[in-house]
Amino acid sequence: MSSTTNCLKTIGSPSLEELKGSPGFPDEHHMKKGPIAIIECIEAIPCNPCETACPKGAIVVGHPITNLPTLDVEKCIGCGLCIAACPGLAIYVKDYTYSDTEALIVFPYEYYPLPSIGDKVTMVNRRGAEVCEGKVLKINLSEKNNKTPVISVSFPKKHFEEIVSMKRI
Amino acid sequence: MYKTSIAVIGGGPAGLSAAIEAAKAGAQVVLIDENSRPGGQLFKQIHKFFGSKEHKAGVRGIDIGKQLLKEAQELGIEVWLNTEVCGIEQNKLLWAVKNKTESVQLLSERIVLATGAMENSIHFPGWTLPGVMGAGAAQTFINIHRVAPGKKVLMIGSGNVGVIVSYQLLQAGCEVTAIVEASPRLGGYGVHTAKVCRAGVPFYTSHTILRALGENKVEGAVIGRLNDKWEFIPGTEKVFEVDTICIATGLTPLAELAWIAGCKFKYIPELGGFVPLHDENMETTIQGIYVAGDITGIEEASSAMEEGRLAGINAAASLGFYSSKQKEKLCNEVRERLDALRQGPFGKMRRIKKQELITSRREIRCHQQQIV
Repeated sequence: MSSTTNCLKTIGSPSLEELKGSPGFPDEHHMKKGPIAIIECIEAIPCNPCETACPKGAIVVGHPITNLPTLDVEKCIGCGLCIAACPGLAIYVKDYTYSDTEALIVFPYEYYPLPSIGDKVTMVNRRGAEVCEGKVLKINLSEKNNKTPVISVSFPKKHFEEIVSMKRI
Repeated sequence: MYKTSIAVIGGGPAGLSAAIEAAKAGAQVVLIDENSRPGGQLFKQIHKFFGSKEHKAGVRGIDIGKQLLKEAQELGIEVWLNTEVCGIEQNKLLWAVKNKTESVQLLSERIVLATGAMENSIHFPGWTLPGVMGAGAAQTFINIHRVAPGKKVLMIGSGNVGVIVSYQLLQAGCEVTAIVEASPRLGGYGVHTAKVCRAGVPFYTSHTILRALGENKVEGAVIGRLNDKWEFIPGTEKVFEVDTICIATGLTPLAELAWIAGCKFKYIPELGGFVPLHDENMETTIQGIYVAGDITGIEEASSAMEEGRLAGINAAASLGFYSSKQKEKLCNEVRERLDALRQGPFGKMRRIKKQELITSRREIRCHQQQIV
């Protein structure tokens, strides 16, 4: 058992190696091309709201619904409608091209208190370790999200791959 | 004595769904629950459900509960709350105690048992200290009564209950110090473990709790590593300062009423222990008595609702409320949705084991026919 191929079932979060082998995780080229959905769903569970939520038909689960979601990197425009639709909170949108020095992440965040726009927050990786500082740009509380706030934060580009969320306040 | 066509015992997702289907068919239904309100565990489940649109995926359990209650109300289903069913005689006569004082009898043509499950406990020195509780109890604290059970929680068990309740404890503002798992692999869905992992909660696989610390309440816990034979390795103790220890080590079907009624059982550990045999229509070895939900094997609310629908449709059809053609059409729709939930690495084992129940039931029926 290599140390990075079985992280999900031993540490609790997937390794980059596990993610890169899954059909919902964009390749490096498309990942950095502009806003795109990143689906960290690598276990065949019966679930398909991401497919239903996507207005572009970019996410396909098909039948049976235990298929892993497949992301069509050409069709995805990074609109983010799948983020709050995912019951597993396993989807976020990242934009590598946000600025020369900063990237953007749009992620689900179901904790109180919510940050405010403009706040400096601590960004974390998949294991919850503090990595860098980020700046809150938007808090989407749309009714469509069914009580899952979706937060946009900018952060230094060099941490693009590892950032997945922010530390609870 | 009261009379009805169909009595459903247990007002959780399975029982509510059974009652709704039976009432939709036109049958007179009485729904009985020992609690002060119906809904079972649904009102504690503040997370979004998996599945597809047909399974109400993306809807939170609490909202599914509200929808089912509204439907039950609109269909005029009679609901008896604070009522414990204590016995079943002659396959159709229920004896129940209302409000802990009044003894009542209910004669029902058909009975659906949807009594759910109970949390398993594990025992360790200090397990009776205040602060040690089932994960379900902690979930009731935070999501029903809106009270935190403590400030720092140690969770024992990494199945879906353990990780979901851990996440909800974080949402309630508690600190989850660690999640301890005796197996070398985590049990719950990866998306759930990833959620608590990025919130900074560490998992300890191949570890178990050795004892709770504290005189009059939990003040800490000691865990230790297990070897590949699941034996404690001395010298690996780790002490956590916590005030709450939650136990999420599985569930056991609550099947007493099926035993009382004389249903035949099979021991299937993967389904949670002894479970009553049933056919593809959810009917037990006793004609007119149906089962649905966790009593037939531990699964999730989504599959419990589908099993409830099957039981409700069939109980009503057996009384003539549906033609066999109508019934088959409705049942096939439900079975298709149920099969969709029992796919993949998590669902496959349940599908095989549920089939085992149905096959055993069929063998008994063949045997009975030979005797006749």
